[in-house]
Amino acid sequence: MSLYSVLAPAAVALSSLAVATAPRSVLAFLAFQGALLFVYLARIPTWLRVGLLGVALLLLMPLIGAFNGYYLEVATQVGIFAALALGLNIVVGLAGLLDLGYVAFFAVGAYSWAIFGSPHANVIFGGGFPLAGVWFYAFLFVGLFVAAITGILLGLPVLRLHGDYLAIVTLGFGEVIRVLANNLDKPINLTNGPKGITPISRPPAPLGLPYGEYFYFLVLLIVVVVVLVNRRLEDSHIGRAWEAIREDELAARAMGVPLVRMKLLAFACGASFAGIMGVLFSAKQVFINPESFTFLESIGVLAMVILGGMGSIPGAVLGATVVTVLNLQVLKGLSLWLNELKNAGVTVLGYSLADLPTQFEPAKYERMIFGVILVLMMIFRPQGILPARRRQRELAHLER
Amino acid sequence: MAALFDARGVTKRFGGLTALQAVDFALESGIASIIGPNGAGKTTLFNIFTGLYPADEGSVTFRGRALFGLRPDQITALGICRTFQNIRLFANMTVIENVLVGMNSRIALGLWDVLSHGPRFARTEADLSTRAVALLDRVGLQANANDVARNLPYGDQRRLELARALASEPALLLLDEPTAGMTRTEAGALMRLLRELVVDLGLAIILIEHNMRVVMEVSDRVTVLDHGEKIAEGPPREVQSDARVIEAYLGTRGSAPQRARRA
Amino acid sequence: MDYPLLLGIFPQVFLDGIILGFMYALIALGYTMVYGVLEFINFAHSEIFIVGAFVGVELLLGLKSVGLLDGLPWPLVLFLTLVAGMAASGLLAVTVERVAYRPLRNAPRLIPLISAIGISFFLQDLIRLFESLWRNAFNLVYPTIDVLNLRFELTETIDVSVKSLVVIVAALLMLWALHVIVNRTTIGTAIRAVAEDQAAASLMGINVNRIISLTFLIGGAMGGAAGVLFGVQYGLINPYTGFIPGLKAFTAAVLGGIGNIPGAMLGGLVLGLLEAFAASYLSLLTGGAFGAEYKDIFAFSVLIVILIFRPKGLLGEIVRERA
Repeated sequence: MSLYSVLAPAAVALSSLAVATAPRSVLAFLAFQGALLFVYLARIPTWLRVGLLGVALLLLMPLIGAFNGYYLEVATQVGIFAALALGLNIVVGLAGLLDLGYVAFFAVGAYSWAIFGSPHANVIFGGGFPLAGVWFYAFLFVGLFVAAITGILLGLPVLRLHGDYLAIVTLGFGEVIRVLANNLDKPINLTNGPKGITPISRPPAPLGLPYGEYFYFLVLLIVVVVVLVNRRLEDSHIGRAWEAIREDELAARAMGVPLVRMKLLAFACGASFAGIMGVLFSAKQVFINPESFTFLESIGVLAMVILGGMGSIPGAVLGATVVTVLNLQVLKGLSLWLNELKNAGVTVLGYSLADLPTQFEPAKYERMIFGVILVLMMIFRPQGILPARRRQRELAHLER
Repeated sequence: MAALFDARGVTKRFGGLTALQAVDFALESGIASIIGPNGAGKTTLFNIFTGLYPADEGSVTFRGRALFGLRPDQITALGICRTFQNIRLFANMTVIENVLVGMNSRIALGLWDVLSHGPRFARTEADLSTRAVALLDRVGLQANANDVARNLPYGDQRRLELARALASEPALLLLDEPTAGMTRTEAGALMRLLRELVVDLGLAIILIEHNMRVVMEVSDRVTVLDHGEKIAEGPPREVQSDARVIEAYLGTRGSAPQRARRA
Repeated sequence: MDYPLLLGIFPQVFLDGIILGFMYALIALGYTMVYGVLEFINFAHSEIFIVGAFVGVELLLGLKSVGLLDGLPWPLVLFLTLVAGMAASGLLAVTVERVAYRPLRNAPRLIPLISAIGISFFLQDLIRLFESLWRNAFNLVYPTIDVLNLRFELTETIDVSVKSLVVIVAALLMLWALHVIVNRTTIGTAIRAVAEDQAAASLMGINVNRIISLTFLIGGAMGGAAGVLFGVQYGLINPYTGFIPGLKAFTAAVLGGIGNIPGAMLGGLVLGLLEAFAASYLSLLTGGAFGAEYKDIFAFSVLIVILIFRPKGLLGEIVRERA
C-alpha cells in the first residue's frame, strides 16, 4: 500500500468533512475539489482511482449539495462547461481550427428546446405548445443534430481559411448569431429578442429527485458520454487525420486525407456537444436570453481549453473546473467578502473600505480573469496544465 | 488494357514563365527517373501528376482514368502516392502514427464504427497496426515505431516518408529526391529497397534525382528535362552519352559561361 | 417605395458614412500597419483605440473641473486632447507589444493571436477597474463644448455639425501626416522595408525590433486619435465600446487589402459608407422588418464574404507568401 493510496481516500474524506462542518466556507469546497484532482493525478491503482472518483461524484457531491445547494449548482455548471470545453477541444485542440464563435452552437441548442418547450412556439405556430416535458429527452438529440448542422454550415465557407482569418470569421459568425438572437422578434417572432424565452418546460424528474440533484446527475452522465466519445475519436483514424491536418495540411492531403470532410466533421462533432448542453441549459435555467451567448462565453470556453491544455481531455475538464470555480466561487466570494468587510467598517492602512466606490465589484471581472489566463498561459505554458502528449512535444521547447 | 500512367502534352505556365512545355511521360512498370538541371520543372511535373495544381494544357491519365480536376486525396485513393523534396512528415506524431495516417484512404470505417468500437473497428485497427509494423520493418524502422518523427535522424526521416507513402498501397510511387542528403551507403540501401518493392509489390516508381550514380544504377529508363522541355529519354547508358544532355548540364566548350554555372 | 424620401436622405446618409468611414480608416491603420510588419492581427487594437477615448474624456473632465474647458480656446482644447489620446494609446501599444507579443514571435501563429485576445479582454476590465475606482462610473460622457454642437445647414436636407467637420478635418490631417511619414521619411522607408522582408532589412542594418515598436507606436497613436474623435462625435463611451468598431475597422483593413496603408483608408471609407447606407435604407426598403440593428451583421457579412471570396482585398495584399 503506497503512501498515496492512503493519502487519496484520506484527502477526500477529510475535505468532505470540512465542507459538511463549514458549508459556507469557499476554501473547504476548494479543498474538496483539490482532493479530487489529487485522486485523478496521483499514482494509485486504477480501481482505487475510479472508486474514489465514483464515490465522490455520485455520493459525496450530492450530499454536499444538501448542505449547500450553491455548491451543487457550481458542480453542475462545471459539468456543462466541461462538455463545451471538450467540444471546442476537438475543433481547436485536435484539428487546430481556432473557432472564436463556439458559443453559437450552444445558443442554437438552447433555443431549439426553448422555443418548442415553452409557450413561445404558439406565437409562431398558433397552438399546441409547449411540448410536454418528456420531449426534453428527444430534444437532446434534436439539439445535437441542429448544432451539428450549424457546425457544418459554418465550416463550409471557412474551409480554405487559416489561423488568423479563420478565427476572425468564426468570431463574426458568433456575433451574427448573437445579433440574430437579439433581433429575430420581427418580422416573425422566433427568439423573442432581448426579452428572452420563458418558462421553459422541464422533464419530470425520475425518482422524485429535486431538480438540483437531477440536473447534476444528468450533466454528469452526459459529460461521461462526451469524454468517452472524445477518447474514441482521438484514438482512431479520424483523430489521427485531424492531427495530421493540424501538423501539415498539404502532406495530409497528399496522403489521402480528405480535408473538407475531416474539417467539417471536426466542426460538427465539436458543435454537437455544445448543442446537447444547450438543450439541457435551457431546461435547467427555465429562462434564456441572448445575454448568455456572447463573445465573452466563447472566449471563456477557449480559456478553459487553453488553461487545461489544447487537445487534452483531462485538460479540458480541469480547465472548465478552474475557470468556472474562479468565476462562480472565487470572484463571487471576493465580492461577498468585500461587502462583509465594508459593512463591518474595516479599514486598510487608514482607508475605510466602506469608502470604496460602489461600482467596484470583483464578481464582474471575468474578462480580466480570462485575459490574464490566456496571456500568461501563452507566454509561460502554452501546452496547458495537463498537456496532451503531442502538444507537449510541439510547444515545450518554447518554454524558457 | 489501359496504360498504367500516361501524361501527354503537359504544359504549365506561371504568369510569364513557362515551367513545362508539352511534356509527354508514360510508364507501365519498373523504375523511371526524371533528371535535369535545377529549375527544369521536375517537381512541377510531380505537383501536376498528384493534383496540387492543374496543367494548363495536356492530359494525365492513370489506368485509363483522367486525373484532371481531381483533388490530391482523390488521386491518392486511386493509387498514386508521393514523397516531398523537403521532407514533410507529421513532425510531432510518432513514426507509426505517420504510417497509419498514410493508410487513411484505405480505411473503410465510418463515424459510427469509431464511436461504437464495434467488432469491425477492432479488426480494422488491428489489421492496420500489423500492416504498419510490416511496412516499418520493410524500411528498417521497426525499432523506432514509437519515436517522435521530428527526433529521427535525417536518413531515417526519408525512409519514414517512403513507408508512409507505401501505406496507401499505391500502384505508382512518385519519389522526389529520395536520396538527397544521404550517404553513399544509405543511398545504395534505399535503391536496393526500391528494386525489391518493384518486384514484391508490382510497384511502378518515378524518381526525381540528382544523384547520377543512383539514377544509372537503379533506373530502367531515364527522362531528361531542361527548361521545361523533354530533351532525352531512354535507357540510362544512352541518355548518359546524349550530347544534348551533356550540354544541358555542363554547357559545350566555348559556350556562354552562365550555362555551366547553372548546373 | 417612397423614392423622394429615399433620394432625399441620400446626402445626409452619405455624409454620415464619410465621417464613420474616416473613423474606421484611422483605426484600420493600426491593424494594417502591424499586420504589414508582423503578419499578425493585433486583436487588442480595439482596446488601444478606446483607451485613447478614455484618456481624452479624463482630460476634458479634468479641464472642466478646473473651469478651463470653456476658458481655453476650443481648438487648443481639442488639440491637447488629441495629443493626450494619441500619446497614451501609442505608448500602450508599444508596451503591449513588448510584454505580450515579442516573447511569442517565433511561436506557431495561433499562440500570439490568443495572447492578443487575452490582452484585449484584460485591458477592457483594466479600464473598468481604473474608472470604477477613480470615478465610480465607467460609462462616461464626453463633456460638451458648445461650439462643436452648432449645426450648419448646407441645404434644405443636409446639415452638418461643427463636430463632424472637426472630425473630418482632423482625420484628413492625420492620414496625410501618416502618408508623409511612411513615404517621405527614412523611418517610413525602414518600416516598409521591414514589412517587405524582415531578414533582409536587418541585414541592411535596420534595428527590426525598434522599427516594430515604432510601428506599434504610430498605429496605436492613430487608434488613439480615432478614440478621441469617436468620443467627441458620439459622446458616450464605456470600456467595452471598442470591440465592435475594432472588429469593423479590421474588416475595413481586410477590405482594402491587409498590410496596405492606402487600402486601409479606402476600406474604411467604403465600409463606413456601406454601413451608413445599410443603417438608413435597410429599414425603409424592408418595410421595417429589418432595421438599423442589423447594420452590425452587415459589416460582419462583408468581412465573411471578403475573406472567402477575395481575401486579397480591393487593393491587393502586400504580404509575402508564407512558405
